[in-house]
Amino acid sequence: MSSATLATVLGADWQTLADAFGLGGIYALMAVGIGLVFGVLRLVNFAYGQLIMAGGYALAFAYERGWPVWTGILLCFAVVLLLTLAMDRVVFRPLREQSPAVMLVATFAVAFLLQSIAQLWFSSQGKIAASLSSLNQPWTISGVDIRKISIVATAVAIGCLLVLVTVLGRTSIGLHMRAAALDFQTARLLGVRANRVIGSAVLISGLLAATVAVIMTVQTPLVTPDFALRDTILVLAGVVLGGMNRLVPATLGGFAIGFASGFLGGALPTDKSQYLPSFLFAAVIVVLLIRPGGLFTRSGQRAVERV
Amino acid sequence: MSAPALIVQELDVRHGAVQAVRGLSLEVDRGEIVGLIGPNGAGKSSTLHAIMGLVRPAGGDVWLDGESVVGRKPEDVARRGIALVPEGRRILAELTVEENLRLGLAARRRRQDLDADLERVSELFPIIRESRKRPAGALSGGQQQQLAIGRALVSDPDVLLLDEPSLGLAPQMVDLVFEALQEIAVRGIAVLLVEQRAQRTVALAARSYVLSNGRLRLTLGPEAADDTETLVNAYFA
Repeated sequence: MSSATLATVLGADWQTLADAFGLGGIYALMAVGIGLVFGVLRLVNFAYGQLIMAGGYALAFAYERGWPVWTGILLCFAVVLLLTLAMDRVVFRPLREQSPAVMLVATFAVAFLLQSIAQLWFSSQGKIAASLSSLNQPWTISGVDIRKISIVATAVAIGCLLVLVTVLGRTSIGLHMRAAALDFQTARLLGVRANRVIGSAVLISGLLAATVAVIMTVQTPLVTPDFALRDTILVLAGVVLGGMNRLVPATLGGFAIGFASGFLGGALPTDKSQYLPSFLFAAVIVVLLIRPGGLFTRSGQRAVERV
Repeated sequence: MSAPALIVQELDVRHGAVQAVRGLSLEVDRGEIVGLIGPNGAGKSSTLHAIMGLVRPAGGDVWLDGESVVGRKPEDVARRGIALVPEGRRILAELTVEENLRLGLAARRRRQDLDADLERVSELFPIIRESRKRPAGALSGGQQQQLAIGRALVSDPDVLLLDEPSLGLAPQMVDLVFEALQEIAVRGIAVLLVEQRAQRTVALAARSYVLSNGRLRLTLGPEAADDTETLVNAYFA
């Protein structure tokens, strides 16, 4: 099949497909960030999007002052990591023994608190973070124009996932994290240090949030207090769709909803694309009615208790 | 002569209003198998959980090699040299056999002699070597129990606690597990065995503590194994 016909069959051009892959990759990274913390803490971090928002403001701060690109990225990572660790210390850790419902509501509170702080400090007008906007220029590959950021996003997502698979699969801290996600009490009885495992999961989720912030500001340079909020809700739906209590299905779910979102967003005419989230959530509901344990879990695995 | 590896002193365990263990004292020496038997709800598992730090005792003390471990987190107790083979085995079914075994290394204090120790575990339980790459959930119950004991052993513990290792196993698997315990004790590990199979436990152990309603009722030597009347009376005391 020639490249032109594949694109025709799918009813979209290559740019749309590349965008869909890029967005799928970003959502997959967010899904891992949310899924890792859920795995070891049974905590659905609704405030994950606000970590990305904070990273976006850090990039905008650096851009406004004309700082070099790498300084901005470093600042973004520093801010997101500090905020992640602060969130764990101040909110998650004291609530660790509480029920998942209490922790979920607490993360709602954190999410809205951070959003309000952003509104107070930076106003709801939004700030521009455009130091990497050159990545929006296209690359021409065998006659097809594709924006660089779509390829960069896909490549970064694949790279991050490969590193994660290696860390989780080949190192002892990775083994400990997987064991803790499956059965925390048994893992502790075997000598796995709870704080170290949780700390690692929180840290990795923060690194991923910072990475996502950098990529997202390329596509959406205007950073507002609700930056990444809609994406977080979609990713949470994707994670539940894939299967919340397993990392690989959760990641696939995140990718699926990102891909679908990007693909439909590009394929639908502009006046229809405002209904896109409604379509996606309707599809999520249908899938969960048919497969309550998640789309990508093996049958027989039980779904986690929902909160 | 050095003190016993594990000393439990006047242990009290409460679960809310229920007092599960009342003033229990026992000790296990290196190279010794000690049994802890009694009817359901006698406080056997609660005792093990209190030793491991899963529940904080309401009173009393637990000494490992002359050092108190009360109030420590389970992972710290494990890292100090007490390994628990939990009730129901608690194998991580989705991880491979080898990964389950490697988890046991989390609590290991010594870095040397690792290969030799892994080799000894494989000799004791050949099934572990034969099915290294398989998911642990694919093993039979008896094989999983061997893996659970192997996992505890690679942590190179001073004290091994077992919570009903024969539960739900086929008779020949029970034989295998009980024989393995003897070999483990010969290596100088202190073994505390919680069991429902009273007669076999009494026959195997240097001494067996009979617990009922959280209280120590009786201490039996191996010679009491054939004395059914004493055993029955001990249970219903």
